[in-house]
Formats: sequence, C-alpha cells, structure tokens
Amino acid sequence: MKWLLLLLAAGACAAAEPRRSGYQDMAPSTQALQDDDSQNPAMLWVQDGEQRFAADCQRCHEPPTLRGVAARYPAWDARLGQPVTLAARINLCRQRHVKTTPLAPESDALLALEAYVARQSRGLPIVPDAEPRTAPFREDGRRLFTQRIGQLGFSCAMCHDDNAGKRLAGSLIPQGHPTGYPIYRLEWQGMGSLQRRLRGCLSGVRAEPFAYGSDDYMKLELYLKTRAAGMAVDSPGVRP
Amino acid sequence: MIRALIRTPTLTRPGEVVEIRVLLQHPMETGFRPGVDGQVLPRDIVTRIEAHFEGERVFAADLFPAIAANPYIAFPMRVTGAGNLVISFQGDNGFVQRETAAIRLA
Repeated sequence: MKWLLLLLAAGACAAAEPRRSGYQDMAPSTQALQDDDSQNPAMLWVQDGEQRFAADCQRCHEPPTLRGVAARYPAWDARLGQPVTLAARINLCRQRHVKTTPLAPESDALLALEAYVARQSRGLPIVPDAEPRTAPFREDGRRLFTQRIGQLGFSCAMCHDDNAGKRLAGSLIPQGHPTGYPIYRLEWQGMGSLQRRLRGCLSGVRAEPFAYGSDDYMKLELYLKTRAAGMAVDSPGVRP
Repeated sequence: MIRALIRTPTLTRPGEVVEIRVLLQHPMETGFRPGVDGQVLPRDIVTRIEAHFEGERVFAADLFPAIAANPYIAFPMRVTGAGNLVISFQGDNGFVQRETAAIRLA
C-alpha cells in the first residue's frame, strides 16, 4: 500500500513538472541513439577526453572522479571574481596548474574533456552554484534572455518561454533547458557546446553572435542552469 | 589516428548469432560541398570496411558519399568459437586503420 502511494506521488510529481528537456521532446529513434553508449557518437569524444584527462589532469584529480561537477557549473572563481563555465574552468586549470596553453573554443580537444567530465554527472539533478556573488551575473543573464535582439527583434523568452512546444518551420520549439551539453547534434554532424547552440539562435534572429568565451554566454548559461535547476543531466546528449 | 568504438557481446555461446556494432569517428566529406571560400571541399570518405574473424572474412561493405559523418555500422555474425575480430577500414587520402576486438565464450 505504501509502495502504491509512493508510486502515485511520483506520478503526480511527474505530471506537475511543466519543464521538458530536449531529450523528452526528441523522436524515440534519437533517444535510442543517445541512450546506447555503443551508438551515441558523442562517446567517441568521451573516449578521447578520458585519455586526455589521464595525460594532463589525473596528476591532481586522483581518483579521476568529477561526479556532480558539470551539474553545478557555471561556478564562482574567487581569483577572477566572477563565475566561469565548465569549458573556461578546464582552460583555467590548464593554465594555472598544468602550465600549458588553453585549448581553442569548440576544438575537439576541449569538447572531449568537457564531454568526459559532463558524462560523470549523468542522471544527477542540475544544482546551480549557491554562491551569493553569482546573483548579479544571473540577473544579467535573465535580462539577456528577455531582451529583444537582432533584426527580427526576438528575445529568447519569446520562443522558449512563451511559445515552447509549438512549431517553427516544422521543428519543435524546445523549452531550452541545457541538460545535455556538450551535445552531438545531428544537424552539425559533430560535437558542439552550449555556446555554439546559442550562436545558432542568435544568428537565427539576425543578431550578431557574441564571441566564443564571452561573459554574455556565461551569464546566459548561468540563468539557463538556474531555470533548469533540478532537471537531470543527460550529457553527452544527442540532439536533432 | 581516427577513433573507433567497437562493441562485441561480452560472452557468447558457439553457434549464437550476435550483433557487432562499429562506430567510427570520420568526417565523411562528400566531395560535393563548397567550403567557406566557395571552393568545393575534396572528398574524404571511408570507402571500405572489412571484418575478419580468425582470418575468415565475415563482413565487408563499400561506402559512398551521402553517408553521415561518424558512421555507425552494425552487422550480425554467427560465433563459431572464441577469437579475435579484426575490423579494417580504408578510405580517401590513404586512410588505413585496423581495430581488434576479442570475442569470448561463456
């Protein structure tokens, strides 16, 4: 009886959750592609990342477990006095501790490391950094999200809050929760970060995309992660 | 070095038909697309995949343009005994690679 009640409670919770991840809105065939590690193309990058991690990072990160790390980024960096994304953290770590050059944004090497770290948080809920000093950055992110931009004059919120679930030229408008990044996007036939995905939206509304690694992307990501707080990480995702 | 993921079943019985899955990291550039400078990008694809189990060819495929990047290929195979499955790839620009996966019996 207790078991049945628990089941009912779980069902009620699921029904009450209005947020849907990109994974839930995908075709079953694409979901199957993501779920099976021997079919998910992103696993090629994860495997690459594992070797890179063993070569460069493991001398500090021993045992090499970073479970839950990707679920809380962007996180506060005391030395810079601002939050940093996971990719930026990997590059900061390379500069400060490994004493080597940072990896280029969107390079296979950086995506591989990011995918390797993100995969270890698979299934965990997104927990945004609770550091109070991140609040103004998050507020900036919310402002960017709701600000009309580009020649078409759309804000992120006009599609992904107000019209999510409807269709734009045949494709579903997702709610825009960053649960599976970095993703293998079938349209790209390759791996990409959240910043690459945001660039796609920015050029879609005919705005000038921010430069890779800019603070604007970090602020947007911070807001998006707060908006998706509690949703499960499913990195590395496959998206259509 | 191009990365490949090969999945063989962990343990099988002789006579069993199993599925071998191969995922290869490759751009599969068709040779028809213009690049950012307007010039057509030269073709760069995998043209042949062969699988040998203990010296015997068990699977072969010719690949052509219009196959997506990072191709995934799965094929069934009847297991006759324990041994090594050698999968070899050939492609444009002198691309040659061999990967070995062990098949073990229960």
